[in-house]
Amino acid sequence: MTKMASGLVAGIDVGGTFTDLVQFDPASGAVRLAKVPTTWENQAYGVMDALRSAGSDLEALGLVVHGTTTTTNAVLERKLSRTGLITTAGFRDILELGRRTRPQPYGMFGEFSPIIPRDLRLEVSERVDAAGTVVTSLDESAVVAAGRRLLDAGCEAVVVHFLHAYANPAHELRAAELLTGFWPNDHITTGHAILSESREFERGVTAAVNAAVQPILARYLRRLTGELAEGGYRGDVLVMNGNGGMVSSRLVTSEAAKTVMSGPASGVMAAAYTGRAAGLDDLITYDMGGTSTDVALVRGAEPAVSSEIEIEYAMPIHVPMVDVRTVGAGGGSIARVNDAGLLEVGPQSAGADPGPICYGRGGTDPTISDANLLLGRLDPGKLAVRGGVDLADVERVFEERLAGPLGVSVGEAAQAVIRLADTTMAGAIRMVSLSLGADPRDFALFAFGGAGPLHAAALARELGVPRVLVPARPGITNALGCVVADLRHDFVRTVTTPLAALESGALARVFARQTAEGERMIAAETVGLAGLRHLYSVDMQYAGQTHLLRVELERPDVDAATLQSLFEAAYWKRFRVALDGIGAIVVNVNTSVIGARPPLDLSTLIDPAGRGASLDAALTGRRRVRFGDGWYDTPVYWRDHLPLDFDLHGPAIIEQMDTTLLVPPRDRAEGTPQGDIIVHVGDAP
Amino acid sequence: MSLDPITLSVIQAGLAQVCDEMDLSFSRAAFSPVIAEANDRSDGIYDAADGALIAQGAGGLPVFVGTMQYSTRALIGMIAAGRAGPPEPGDIYIVNDPYLGGTHLMDVRFARPFYRGDRLWCWLSNTGHWPDTGGAVPGGFSASATAVEQEGLRLPPVKLFKRGEMDAEIYAIICSNIRVADQRIGDVKAQAAALEMGAARLDALLDRYGDDTVTEAIGELRRRAAAQMRSFIARIPEGPHRASAWIDSDGVVNEPLEIRLSVSRAGEDLEFDFTGSSPPCAGPMNSVRATTLSSVYLAMRHIFPEVPISAGAFEPLGVTGIEGTFLDAQYPRPVSGCAAEVSQRIAEAVFVALVEALPDRVTAAPAGTSGNFALGGHDPERTRDFVMYQLSGGGYGGNAGGDGLSNGCSTIGISKAPPVEIMEQAFPVLYHRYALREGSGGAGRYRGGFGLEYEVELRRGHALASFVMDHGRTGPQGVLGGADGAVNEVTVIRGGAPYTPAHLSKEQDIPIAPGDRVRVATPGGGGYGNPFARDPELVARDVRLGRYGTDEARALFRVVLQPGAEQEVDRAATEALRDGEA
Repeated sequence: MTKMASGLVAGIDVGGTFTDLVQFDPASGAVRLAKVPTTWENQAYGVMDALRSAGSDLEALGLVVHGTTTTTNAVLERKLSRTGLITTAGFRDILELGRRTRPQPYGMFGEFSPIIPRDLRLEVSERVDAAGTVVTSLDESAVVAAGRRLLDAGCEAVVVHFLHAYANPAHELRAAELLTGFWPNDHITTGHAILSESREFERGVTAAVNAAVQPILARYLRRLTGELAEGGYRGDVLVMNGNGGMVSSRLVTSEAAKTVMSGPASGVMAAAYTGRAAGLDDLITYDMGGTSTDVALVRGAEPAVSSEIEIEYAMPIHVPMVDVRTVGAGGGSIARVNDAGLLEVGPQSAGADPGPICYGRGGTDPTISDANLLLGRLDPGKLAVRGGVDLADVERVFEERLAGPLGVSVGEAAQAVIRLADTTMAGAIRMVSLSLGADPRDFALFAFGGAGPLHAAALARELGVPRVLVPARPGITNALGCVVADLRHDFVRTVTTPLAALESGALARVFARQTAEGERMIAAETVGLAGLRHLYSVDMQYAGQTHLLRVELERPDVDAATLQSLFEAAYWKRFRVALDGIGAIVVNVNTSVIGARPPLDLSTLIDPAGRGASLDAALTGRRRVRFGDGWYDTPVYWRDHLPLDFDLHGPAIIEQMDTTLLVPPRDRAEGTPQGDIIVHVGDAP
Repeated sequence: MSLDPITLSVIQAGLAQVCDEMDLSFSRAAFSPVIAEANDRSDGIYDAADGALIAQGAGGLPVFVGTMQYSTRALIGMIAAGRAGPPEPGDIYIVNDPYLGGTHLMDVRFARPFYRGDRLWCWLSNTGHWPDTGGAVPGGFSASATAVEQEGLRLPPVKLFKRGEMDAEIYAIICSNIRVADQRIGDVKAQAAALEMGAARLDALLDRYGDDTVTEAIGELRRRAAAQMRSFIARIPEGPHRASAWIDSDGVVNEPLEIRLSVSRAGEDLEFDFTGSSPPCAGPMNSVRATTLSSVYLAMRHIFPEVPISAGAFEPLGVTGIEGTFLDAQYPRPVSGCAAEVSQRIAEAVFVALVEALPDRVTAAPAGTSGNFALGGHDPERTRDFVMYQLSGGGYGGNAGGDGLSNGCSTIGISKAPPVEIMEQAFPVLYHRYALREGSGGAGRYRGGFGLEYEVELRRGHALASFVMDHGRTGPQGVLGGADGAVNEVTVIRGGAPYTPAHLSKEQDIPIAPGDRVRVATPGGGGYGNPFARDPELVARDVRLGRYGTDEARALFRVVLQPGAEQEVDRAATEALRDGEA
């Protein structure tokens, strides 16, 4: 199984603001880091900048693993390739009509712009019914004519999406074959190939997104691999997928939709990896950025994966992806006093530009970050370099906009902003974890992103979470995810069979087929592996229900009675409801085949040579910091100088290059052998 | 000592969180797709003394925004009068009586007394739409019912759970009177478990902040919500602002029903006077008081979504003149259309009345019908009976921000329509079309969104088709010079010949044979502003996308397009045409 070890590995993640790099030498433990601005017009420049900045020797690099937001941005900004649709007669508007929804429960406003405009959605005569039987045969000449018309209209990619193709793909396959005859590139997506499940809107959108980002991803990867080759790199580039696994750049474009949510996924992969090393296998990951916060769940060191993610209003991408939920609160969230005289924080955000007032980029609205600054939680001393804004400017805005109207002092107003933001974020995190069937009190909070560690301990207290895990390098977690990610292939097969009618051995056969296919795909890659892992699960429901509950299986050979009792146990755990005498149904059979990379020792992410012998060696000063009940004279430590096995009691502030960790009074922080920090929350309510 | 505003905000967020968690728990565990998928349910916290709304989940079905406080109030009154048993810890009352603060029979309310120590502190209540509660037709939407008894089983408030234990005898009575009873236990347990969970979360909130502080906060939040609503109302001219909206017919007597509304501001209060609206009707298009009030509230929440859902928000809103009209039906008037249709027409009247006063906040009329098409029959291949529902959306109204959304869900709902593929898996039907209804958006400077058009064929067996829709006679109203959206159209093609229901949008039990087809075209949204002021480039774009024809561009918008495939605007001809007509 194990292939030749590949030596130096570089993980490079392109984020909204920065492109981060972690280069790791498994042999020596030597680490190089870089953080450079993301280059929007072509992300490849930023990637090359990062490699240069880290002083990477491209000829010596064994492996480059890359997380890119190229496809994410293309979808969210609708900067897509011109794409055409060929579909069943009578159904070209499925992509535009959606499921008859509106963007918000209240307010009869809203807009929706479909991935493919109406004039590029063409119909051909064909029809298959729900049983897969052909009702109307495929009009082949119409397919050719439609394809030519789309080419003439300037389309670069094409989707073939027919009703019930999941039940019988013959018409889609034939249409694709006809198109291949004259379509000038390989950007032809068939609906059933990317998602073989019923629900024509969701499958159609997933296929349309896949097609519309394919040319963009292909062009980008051509540029990037070209630049890397020119620099002397001779290996393969692996690209992160939304499922937290990685795929060769040679293969990734055919299923380009799977890369759309890959950035957040790699952060969660790093969290799972770090958690396992720290002995914390169950995590709620919490990545707080400027405009939003990403929350995900890790159970048993495996990120929760979903195939039903909607990346924005009416934009479902139903391929297996790490289930990352976005909460609309970040450092840039704006505080205001509403018409009822009540303080509100968010959902409006100053974003990254102009950003909070303290960024000095022209922001004029009071934000969470500004409140953190006023409370001494962020270092006011670092403000001086920023665009001529000083603390007094921030104070003035808080006085005018918040403290005055509320009738409190500026400090109290800033404290109120933080308290309300923490309450709101904790509530949102709770809803996310509950909707994933988890009680937050059974988890540790994994805090990363620039602003995550500032709020983590307070959120944990609010949630009743006993521990917070802060990785060595919270600001480059996504890049680290690239370095530690495994190869991964997911398979979903819809069977929809009542347990009572389940043939013995039927599930085991599905699992076996999925396993064989996954192992075949992994064998085709060229990366060094330490072994294979398999995850088996079934999605079940009671007869008559529409929601599914996932039941994880330790082994693929289970009988119906065991499944029924596993399902009942899961149902009780989730809903506190026991139902006797109602038959359960197996809807989906899922297998993930994971090619595990060799384990890495991450304790060198912070240079061991820089670590001090005692806490005092890391002390850089003291400042007054406001915690919940008052101002504290608080020691400030430099993280890179902390001894590996430090142990301290709050209040304390631990600063590092790209983030600040707050340890409130009554909490205790300790270092782990890997260089991470665990904060023990003192008195969860 | 008065509460600091920060604690207030935090407790407000905490109460909302309790309700949101109840909503989530109810939906996820429910069996009924109406609850699980369509979110046709709501959960909230209500005052111990008078049932006033303390907090309600933001994800609840909008039409329930005001009903549960009346239902809880009715229950409290009946307990005081000895007509319902006194509450004890762990009890859950079940009630679906429309005339006791309800909607239609299918909306089943649970109410659980919440205790702190031995004191009744508040009520937790939720509503869930059950797929069936008995009556003449499966699902309960009979277009031709003339008394509530024909619509299903009516439950006064009785304790379904007594001190935490379900009363198997009451449950047996319910199950003997409803269809598909074997799956209801799942919904009952989900509905009860949501309240149980709410109780645990509320306990935690009270333990943390203290009962007195939370009580004080609730009072203060109520005052502030009222103040916030009043601050919005103060911007509205005194009026009166008048509008009417029409229901096609009640399904029994083929005459339109009018909702006549006059909105006036008195100080910082807004009065909604419905005097002159049609009298109670013979068929099921009656509304009950609680639903009528709730419809006004939900319309105002669509206009001012910033104001949190609480009794305080409704305080400045007065509703008068409904006595003796079909908006305040009394026993035994049939009411199955109140939640799905009449409520939306009430909201339309509110929108049209206030759009001139609040042109940036209010849209032209949205499609405003749930588009309920039911097909019940027998599938010989699977040797079983079936009931299929196709609910559908329509266009939203144009508005100051832009064109209306196409195929949006009903004004009072937030639910998704089922996919065609799922319908065809479950029922012996084949859809021939599921398409955007071209030309249906009402013309305007900002046009209405487009409705939906579908055509479905019965493949085998036999079936009866029933329709409870609306806006078949008049389209959703355009405003400020905009045109009405297209009317709803129902056509049944039987033996190759088209048949249109006499009531246009309502009919019960039309026999359907294999090969027969049902074609439904749903309303487009009303237009906003003068269509001749619409940017000609936007008109050309709609034509290029096949949403309107070139003749419609000329007739409706006075825009002339150049001949040729590019369909560019002929500027000179357009200007001449628009000037000539101005």
